Amino acid sequence: MSAIIRAEHLTFCYPDEPAGHPPVLDDINLEIEAGSFVAILGHNGSGKSTLAKHINALLTPTQGKLFVEGLDTSDPENLLAIRGKVGMVFQNPDNQIVASVVEEDVAFGPENLGIPPAEIRQRVDTALKMVGMYHMREHAPHLLSGGQKQRVAIAGIIAMMPRCIVLDEATAMLDPEGRRETVETIRTLNEKYGITVVLITHHMDEAAQAQRLIVMSGGHIIDDGPPNEVFQHVDTLQGAGLTVPETVRLLYELRKEGLPVPLDAISDEACAAVLADLLK
Amino acid sequence: MALKDITLGQYFPGTSLIHRFDPRAKILFTVLFIATIFLCKNVVSYGLTLVALLVLIAISRVRPKVFLKGMKPIIFIVICTALLNLFYTSGTVVWSFGILKITEEGLWKAGFMVLRILMLIACTLLLTYTTSPIALTDGLERLLRPLKKVNFPVHELSMMMSIALRFIPTLIQETDKIISAQKARGADFDSGGLVQKAKALIPILIPLFISSFRRAEELAIAMECRCYHGDEGRTSLRQLVMAGRDWGLLVFSIALCAGIVVLRCFGL
Repeated sequence: MSAIIRAEHLTFCYPDEPAGHPPVLDDINLEIEAGSFVAILGHNGSGKSTLAKHINALLTPTQGKLFVEGLDTSDPENLLAIRGKVGMVFQNPDNQIVASVVEEDVAFGPENLGIPPAEIRQRVDTALKMVGMYHMREHAPHLLSGGQKQRVAIAGIIAMMPRCIVLDEATAMLDPEGRRETVETIRTLNEKYGITVVLITHHMDEAAQAQRLIVMSGGHIIDDGPPNEVFQHVDTLQGAGLTVPETVRLLYELRKEGLPVPLDAISDEACAAVLADLLK
Repeated sequence: MALKDITLGQYFPGTSLIHRFDPRAKILFTVLFIATIFLCKNVVSYGLTLVALLVLIAISRVRPKVFLKGMKPIIFIVICTALLNLFYTSGTVVWSFGILKITEEGLWKAGFMVLRILMLIACTLLLTYTTSPIALTDGLERLLRPLKKVNFPVHELSMMMSIALRFIPTLIQETDKIISAQKARGADFDSGGLVQKAKALIPILIPLFISSFRRAEELAIAMECRCYHGDEGRTSLRQLVMAGRDWGLLVFSIALCAGIVVLRCFGL
């Protein structure tokens, strides 16, 4: 697999910040494989959202480079091409829906790309079916639930046929049902359609579903690996102000007491199995 | 306050012939019809225009009750116009009481003025009742497109209009929430004089304004992320096509207008 996103010594400071203030992103080196599902985890102010905004050139590096499929984000010429490759879903679903009819909104991106109308129609229908909102294509967005709105927003991105979708805390404002809907949708997109997913979150249970977990703190990447590996570094995570999943915490505490339990049982079922074994 | 019950625009979805006309044809028809109304001079021309309008309203299958409701806000203006024309037109006196006198000419004039205002309102209502706000915006953008040659920001205007339409319900929902939140903290919106009531609006308006600005910024970023860069090279999902029936409507409105002009020349 080749890298779709590559950051080289990426450093970013907000221009109006006083000199000597630590940079928001500090010398980040990162490669994200095409077709992978990566979660970026971090506390508020860890720089995870800033990193996300670099991926589709909303922000450009103060120092260093970021490439999307070999295109340099700091070159303004590449702007449209990059945004066509990397779609972004934001936190507040209300503030990213442009049109007053669901299918119109999904068509907004392709319209901007200058796709012929017949093909837009096709893309809109496919995208709405992929997120399971086809039956509501003629609804007004303000009548939808939070999870449904977010799925419409995702469909709007899919219709542009990007290689990669970045979700910037896209589940933060949703109720548990909406969160479940949204995460399920992006998992399907990744597994069935091979779209690279970068999920920015501070929810452990969402991050646990990714193939790879990147933990950020203070503008640095402090941990990087598969979830069951990263979750074993309980001290590192707690140092970054993050809470590990309840299951891992329980096992961690048991282990501290000297019990021989593994730490990589993240799901409730796996954890229950471990405990059952222990009690035999 | 059931703010969320407010319907957006005044559109009544339907499948009648009038609903299916191209929005451009309908807008042009409305403009021509308004001109026609102003060209009417007497019973024959008014009668003809009125019959045409009533037939179109009947075809639209929007209930007449809805039209009457739509005319309610202007009832005061209609009565004022009628009274002014009734009492201030000189001519053959048919009835007088003190300084008040009604003339035959006054009666006719008042009747025509009332008819004129009502027809003006009815024909614009026919447009907004049968055309969705999006279709209207689309139609206007296409009709005004020639103005782009003189650097008139046609696309920008229509984009602003459609975003405004999109956010009206969202902002209404938000206003509802803010009112509830303020009430929960003991704010009183219902008592006191006019000044008191106006002052009570401030704690609603300020949060609403602040959040609108925040929304605007986030929306701008989201639009940028979806490759929005003005109308250069932009296509559209919905294509407006002028079908035979649309040309028919245009021919009909031009013929009606021309007919009234001819009648006018003959003094009818």
